[in-house]
Amino acid sequence: MGTSYSARTEHEFQDLSERTRFSIDQISNLNKRFKQLSNNKETLSREDLASLPDLDNNPIRLQIINAFFDKRNLGHNEVGIVQEICFEEFLMVLSHFQPTRTGTTEDNNEKLRQEKLRFLFNMHDTDGNGIITLDEYRQAVEELLSKAGTIEPETVKAIADAAMLEVASTTRGKMEPDEFYEGITFEHFLQMLKTLDIETTMHVRFLNLDTVNMRCGK
Amino acid sequence: MSELPYGFPCCRWSLHIIVLVVFVCNTLPIEASAAPVNPSRETDGSLETNITKAFPVIGIHYQHVRKPFEIALWILLALLMKLGFHILPHLSSVVPESCLLIVVGLLVGGFIKVIGENPPVLDDQLFFQYLLPPIILDAGYFLPIRPFTENMGTILMFAVIGTLWNIFFMGGTLYALCQIASGELIGIDLLACLLFGSIISAVDPVAVLAVFEEIHINELLHILVFGESLLNDAVTVVLYNLFDEFSMAGVVTVLDVFLGVVCFFVVSLGGVLVGVIFGFLAAFTSRFTSHTRVIEPLFVFLYSYMAYFFCEMFRLSGIMALIACGVVMRPYVEANISHKSHTTIKYFLKMWSSVSETLIFIFLGVSTVAGPHAWNWTFVVGTVVLCLVSRVMGVIGLTFIINKFRILKLTKKDQFIVAYGGLRGAIAFSLGYLLSKRHKMRDLFLTAIITVIFFTVFVQGMTIRPLVELLAVKRKKESKRSINEEIHSEFLDHLLRGVEDVCGHYGHYHWKDKLSRFNTSYVKRWLISGENFKEPELIAFYRKLELKQAIMMVESGQVSSSLPSTVSMQNIQPRAVPQVSKKQEEEIRRILRSNLQNNKQRLRSRSYSRHTLFEADEEDNISEVRLRKTKIDLDRRVSVMENRMSHYLTVPANRESPRMGVRRVRFESDNQVFSTDSFPTVHSGKPSNSSTPDTVSLEAGVTMRSNLKTDIQPRGYASDKQQGELDYQRLARCLSDPGPHNEKPEEEEDDIFMS
Repeated sequence: MGTSYSARTEHEFQDLSERTRFSIDQISNLNKRFKQLSNNKETLSREDLASLPDLDNNPIRLQIINAFFDKRNLGHNEVGIVQEICFEEFLMVLSHFQPTRTGTTEDNNEKLRQEKLRFLFNMHDTDGNGIITLDEYRQAVEELLSKAGTIEPETVKAIADAAMLEVASTTRGKMEPDEFYEGITFEHFLQMLKTLDIETTMHVRFLNLDTVNMRCGK
Repeated sequence: MSELPYGFPCCRWSLHIIVLVVFVCNTLPIEASAAPVNPSRETDGSLETNITKAFPVIGIHYQHVRKPFEIALWILLALLMKLGFHILPHLSSVVPESCLLIVVGLLVGGFIKVIGENPPVLDDQLFFQYLLPPIILDAGYFLPIRPFTENMGTILMFAVIGTLWNIFFMGGTLYALCQIASGELIGIDLLACLLFGSIISAVDPVAVLAVFEEIHINELLHILVFGESLLNDAVTVVLYNLFDEFSMAGVVTVLDVFLGVVCFFVVSLGGVLVGVIFGFLAAFTSRFTSHTRVIEPLFVFLYSYMAYFFCEMFRLSGIMALIACGVVMRPYVEANISHKSHTTIKYFLKMWSSVSETLIFIFLGVSTVAGPHAWNWTFVVGTVVLCLVSRVMGVIGLTFIINKFRILKLTKKDQFIVAYGGLRGAIAFSLGYLLSKRHKMRDLFLTAIITVIFFTVFVQGMTIRPLVELLAVKRKKESKRSINEEIHSEFLDHLLRGVEDVCGHYGHYHWKDKLSRFNTSYVKRWLISGENFKEPELIAFYRKLELKQAIMMVESGQVSSSLPSTVSMQNIQPRAVPQVSKKQEEEIRRILRSNLQNNKQRLRSRSYSRHTLFEADEEDNISEVRLRKTKIDLDRRVSVMENRMSHYLTVPANRESPRMGVRRVRFESDNQVFSTDSFPTVHSGKPSNSSTPDTVSLEAGVTMRSNLKTDIQPRGYASDKQQGELDYQRLARCLSDPGPHNEKPEEEEDDIFMS
């Protein structure tokens, strides 16, 4: 975060490219977008993202914005929210959405898959304790349905409960009536979403950015 | 069935005998019809005979019923064959059904020929107007939309460019081959070869369906090959007509080529447009069918059929119209029609398409025996080889280009399956048959077409299954979509859209979302009856899941395995569970047992009129199912002598919904949300009784109803339902101290139920 924008050279992009697996073109495109979003400042703040008009219709916009500022996604091993991120951290968050490349080994694919799922997991696990509790899950479902007109809270509760029940029964199997299922751990999460083919669905095409016509909503 | 040492041979032999009888009957009509036109014989005999003849007590009036009789016999034969294959234990796992049916057709054709009659041929009118539409409609209505639209680019590339490549490559090389081989083949000019190419190049949806359905490969490959076979119809139709016209005219100008290209767009887009219009019409009509549920499925079939014929009238692509119609109308129609109609549509479509497919293959066999043949080794073998070669080259070349644009690249294995799965079938045959007799090479073409079809269906069809296993191609995931997957895939959609917005990229998800919002705010408003259109997908999905569970329970007679019986809500929500004293438990058990006995004795007789199926039927079933679920759980509870909380995972419908007659309300009767803070339910461990749903009375389900405050509300009915009613009232009073309070009046109940 110490270097100023004027010193961003090809060399720096090269450096970033090696670390975040983006190509140079993608990085320079994203750099332009970053500058647009942050009004040419060095760092991006939450307000910058929150004022994007495109995100208004998105039911989970708060979660998305939070995800960008979540320390766990930025490579820090702690829990919490930062207020501002620099370009490199921006890239790090976005690198979760890269497609898997052909020719990578099974292990690498698995690693990538876990990274992406970890990103999703962090979005749900708002208090950062590594477990998605029933309340957090309810919160997530509520957010998901928030833009869809008036929904009763019971509906949300019922759906979240059903989902939780399903995870519990598939991962824990038989449970005594006295046992308590605290919440979805990361392993259970992985198991639950085995069939979703995350590595192929969770990607964004980074190269086709038309920086000239992009709106930024300022 | 094969376990019966005594019965099995009996079954088999009786089946054989029936089949033999059917064979004989099939030939009988042909004999009778071939009889000389002698009016004084059996035809309308009674009027024309001489007066001196005695009054005929009984006689054969065959001509009278000939046509429907023959049709019925053929269909019966086809279905008996299908039955037969599945009785023979190992045959159907090795040989695909289509092969067996063709062989049967060959046998029947041979038999008929031996008798000395002319076997019927699969003429194009029969095929294109009666046999093909049900199969395509079935495919289109149940087309998996998501993979189809995600791979649309790839599918279109294969369908259009791939077919074009096939046609021109085959036509050109065949022409070259003919020139080189000389002999009788010299006379085939380029246009004739191209015409032949256009007939033979198209991948056939019927054959693909028949073979791929049995091998269960993964969704992506299935949709690629199948989608291609559906969408290449436009190309085939245009080029076929084009070359047909040209080969008559003899000379091709640039203008003609240009018109041909224009024609392609008109045919394909016109077909789609017609399909979309009829689809919307069907959806709109289904909005008003709430009072005449019986005829709902017919609207689906008829509108689609009309779309097909409308297109055929203008020589547009009927297949694309059928697909577009099915795809467009499905989401709206499904939201409007009753569950029974949905089941009816599903089963009728499957039934018709199954019968059609069977008939098509049998007739292919029969026509092979019947048709005029002209064999030429060079031409026929050349055709077969070139088909394979051009297909492989086309697929490899196109994949190379396509992979540059795809995220999920097609591997070599995928390419192999796509190439190998390019089967030809009855459409090629019918198009060949359609060729007017002016083409002197018609017989040769037909022979070649039949050979290619046989080769692809037999050789490729039989070997594709072991090859799939050998290459370890990913198979179809059999599991049903769970609610977690649904939640997370919606979540993912929104997330990806959000990230795209952050990156400033108007991509795939952006437009998808825009379309979906347009759909919800405008289109659904017009096409979906009642208040349903506001329902978000997740909730609709959840309801469907519930309904499925309920139905499974009815059919299996006990709690379904998908309902986690060992993990209940208590495990997820630890709350202080109020203890129920032993005395209370005893009383509860007694109440429940007496209630169960009462219910067993109560039989409900219903009368079904032709014109209305009682709406209440469905509701009754579901509420009865709910009741049984409740009872079973309750039963389990009491004997274990434990307290458990149990949520019935249902979605309470919007009580404030103004229109009570709306379908949504159906679920209201089932929605019992016993929250832990109102009262604990007590269960016994008795296994479920064997009472059928009919004997379970209805009112208990009603009483178990709770409003959104989750209190038990008893109702007083002045009917024979009172008893079980009161029992539950007592039960409720037993368990919740302040006691339930009466709220809504009775009429509302009835309204809801009888609507």
